[in-house]
Amino acid sequence: MTTIIVIAVIAIIVLFFIFSYNGLVKYRNWVQESFSQIDVQLKRRHDLIPNLVETVKGYARHEKETLSQVVEARNGLISGTPQQRIEADNQIEGALKSIFALAESYPDLKANQNFLSLQEELATTENKVAYSRQLYNKTVKDYNIKRESFPTNLIAGMFGFKREELLTVPEADREVPKVTF
Amino acid sequence: MLYQQIAQNKRKTFVLLVFFCLLVLAIGWAVGYFVGSGSLAGIVIAAVILCFYIPVTFASAKTQVLGMSGAHEIQKSDNPMLFNIVEELSVAANVPMPKIYVVNDDSPNAFATGMKPDSSAIAFTSGLLERLNREEIAAVTAHEFSHIRNYDIRLMTLCIALVGVIVIIADMGQRIFFWGGGRNNKRDNDKSNPILMIVALVLIILAPIAAQFVQLAVSRNREYLADASAIEITRDPQGLINALTKISSDSEGLKNAKQATASMYIANPFGRKKKKQSSWFATHPPIESRIERLKAM
Repeated sequence: MTTIIVIAVIAIIVLFFIFSYNGLVKYRNWVQESFSQIDVQLKRRHDLIPNLVETVKGYARHEKETLSQVVEARNGLISGTPQQRIEADNQIEGALKSIFALAESYPDLKANQNFLSLQEELATTENKVAYSRQLYNKTVKDYNIKRESFPTNLIAGMFGFKREELLTVPEADREVPKVTF
Repeated sequence: MLYQQIAQNKRKTFVLLVFFCLLVLAIGWAVGYFVGSGSLAGIVIAAVILCFYIPVTFASAKTQVLGMSGAHEIQKSDNPMLFNIVEELSVAANVPMPKIYVVNDDSPNAFATGMKPDSSAIAFTSGLLERLNREEIAAVTAHEFSHIRNYDIRLMTLCIALVGVIVIIADMGQRIFFWGGGRNNKRDNDKSNPILMIVALVLIILAPIAAQFVQLAVSRNREYLADASAIEITRDPQGLINALTKISSDSEGLKNAKQATASMYIANPFGRKKKKQSSWFATHPPIESRIERLKAM
């Protein structure tokens, strides 16, 4: 009788170890996967910008400063730590706003089909970055909760599951970007 | 909260399936009783119908619902902005990209269907796409995504299909009863029992109504929740408020709306009849109270 109980207890402990460990691995992979979603969008943004700059250049030759701002910030999108890249993205977002505002004073540019579709593509990419950021933070939160709750935290400590950081946004950028169509 | 909801919906789908199966078997018995070929034969025939009907329903419900509403699939080149919006929200909702359908109708409305999130479809009316701006379309899409993510669409699509089969069998039973059918041969038979007769008759008349009530109740409860989870996705209650206001200002109603599929739409597709209170027959909670709840968020 006692042997059965001992075996059962050991089995329960072993199962607990396996489930907790696998659970943590699953969550950690979700965190990575959700960051790669942001990554895809940042890359897409990076690729769209030269086209936009070229289109705008033809119409608004005098706005070199605004354009070079965008080009400078563009490089930050594909290198650096996650937080740095998000910051580059925030900069671009500000600079793009002024490009779209600038189009108001160039009626030809505003009516340009190419410009309009680029504007739509950039707007949707921005939304996707925002939404995947939201998803990333949610996934990180779930992972951290799992990692820190008892008794899973014992396993997490044993195998060195690290805490993941949430992506933060500077206070001024909290508002949803309003791009007019 | 969300995962509980999903588990609850899967459980409800199962309970519903069992309930409907029992109802179909009961009607089979009742019809068999009237035909006079014996109640057991009726049950067996109903069981055979179910054996074919349920798998076929699972495989074809989405196509049926889309077909009934007159929706056609569109490609990205037909409406790039709409595709972008749906793509954005599929990222936010963490659901695979659904297929996009358009119903040519001036009345603004939308619905989602499918048996699983990875084979789902969202249909918009052309009226909705014309009248709503980007944020409002996004809000409506997010509402549909919550239905997809919560497995509401499976529950609702299945409901529609099962109500359909019950109505058909009950209708057969009613015809047989009113024509007199084979029942007369049986009347002299000592097996005929007046109490069973009444039970069978009541069953044939009430079962389709009961089935419809279940469908409507299921649908009404889902809408508030889908509104709330839409806000969780877009973080923009104003967008959904504006969208619902625009949708509710339409008085025409959808040309192609069927009683069966009415509960799938984001708002009642039959236009606005003066009814303000929620009633037993309503497919949707009143839009005013949906907007009130959103304003309180």
